[in-house]
Amino acid sequence: MKEVSIPSGANLTAIYRELVGDYPKFFKMDTLSKLGFLLSEMLVRDDEGRFTPREDRAVIVFSRNGCLANDINYAKSMEDFPSPALFVYTLPNIVAGEISIRNKYEGETSAYVLDKYDRPLIDAIVRQAFQDRITRDAIVAWIDCPSDSEWTATAWIKTK
Amino acid sequence: MTKVYCIGNGLVTPVGSTALEVLQAAREGRSRRLFERGAFYGASFFEEIAIEAAKKATEGIEITPHTGFVLSTTKGDIEHIGKADISLAAGAGRIAGTIGITTSPIVVSNACISGIAALLQGVRMIRSGEYDNVVVVGAEVCSEFIHSGFDCLKALSPEPCRPFDKDRRGLNLGEAAAALVLSAREGPWEISDGVIRNDANHISGPSRTGEGSYKCLRYVLEGINKEDIAFISVHGTATPYNDEMESIALYRAGLSDVPVNALKGNFGHTLGAAGILESIVSMAAFDSGIVLPTKGFHELGVSYPVNVSAKERPAKGKLFIKLLSGFGGVNGAMVFRKGGAL
Repeated sequence: MKEVSIPSGANLTAIYRELVGDYPKFFKMDTLSKLGFLLSEMLVRDDEGRFTPREDRAVIVFSRNGCLANDINYAKSMEDFPSPALFVYTLPNIVAGEISIRNKYEGETSAYVLDKYDRPLIDAIVRQAFQDRITRDAIVAWIDCPSDSEWTATAWIKTK
Repeated sequence: MTKVYCIGNGLVTPVGSTALEVLQAAREGRSRRLFERGAFYGASFFEEIAIEAAKKATEGIEITPHTGFVLSTTKGDIEHIGKADISLAAGAGRIAGTIGITTSPIVVSNACISGIAALLQGVRMIRSGEYDNVVVVGAEVCSEFIHSGFDCLKALSPEPCRPFDKDRRGLNLGEAAAALVLSAREGPWEISDGVIRNDANHISGPSRTGEGSYKCLRYVLEGINKEDIAFISVHGTATPYNDEMESIALYRAGLSDVPVNALKGNFGHTLGAAGILESIVSMAAFDSGIVLPTKGFHELGVSYPVNVSAKERPAKGKLFIKLLSGFGGVNGAMVFRKGGAL
């Protein structure tokens, strides 16, 4: 099973330029979404028939802190003018939506928050997700970024 | 496949503290969105209402070493940002611990479909055979954080919301906690199916073709007869885009003539609690033989026909569908079927 990760504090813009380069929406994303987007690119960039709409791939994102880093940024903006561009990223599942939009994944997308990186529990939840009658595989990610400069970010594809 | 039943429910809402109380308020057209905080004390109002709902739902039900716990919320304790550990995981641990649950708590934070997503997670846990029962709690409290966010998106209505109405101007935020206990042991209601699908279109606007919502309906319709649907409890936030999108999804799924209602006019949009709260109230309505009216609705203002009404109607059928949509392009549908034991 291919597993990819992005080291804490890495230059995400540099990775984006090397890996993608032509998806300017990247620059609007919060750190959590940038990490998820780049991890998914690493996993699926060579997929055959990529960008053809499909319903059989799920995107399941786990973390401890959800979108806390961006919550803090939005809360700061509230002191002046609340920023709609920041507010839309104040949900832990937006990263899964970004991956879906990029790749036209029309299947299940979910965000879970767990107390710690508990791989057996993550594996169990992903196994249960295959109870869906159409889902055949899933992009699974653990992305925990309590701040915009520190994180753990790893992802893999699990097949039914 | 294992059948999954709802064997207990608990509500903490500004309009009533039992399903029957909330149902009665809805039948009489009484609405209320926010709590009077004076009645509560302690560090976290969010955790208090979640615990209260969970305690009510688990009354008379044994919590075992194999009782699971799923919390549904979008922002949890966000009102204390910067002042306390507001991580959803820590909050879930305290809520689960208070009612004696020892398995690892799971938080589902999937925008406005969190309630359905959490129930679906609970259903899957029961079907996995690894749990005796699963307590699913949805809770949300209104905070300046959430209010300012929806305000800056221009999604808030300056007046009581009007789902599907031609003059609808947006949503009202509400707060509530709602809990269901799921089990393979037979209960009055079965959750017979559930699904999540993404629009793959936009992170903060619904699909113009209702893609994800339509796919959800198509998925659950595989397992049921259309004639058995008593009603569909739609998301119906009363924002211009959401209600328009749902009318398209219902039309594409061939459900334009099925009775539909939206309950946001009764207690506002309760975000992470909405899916569980609205499901419990819908069960109570069905059990009383009625389809609740859609408060705030007067004249249809969407492009496709929707069988929505300002008046109470008789419920005829064997099941109802709960439908939700949310930011991140997520949509969810769940089928509640009247089960064996009454």
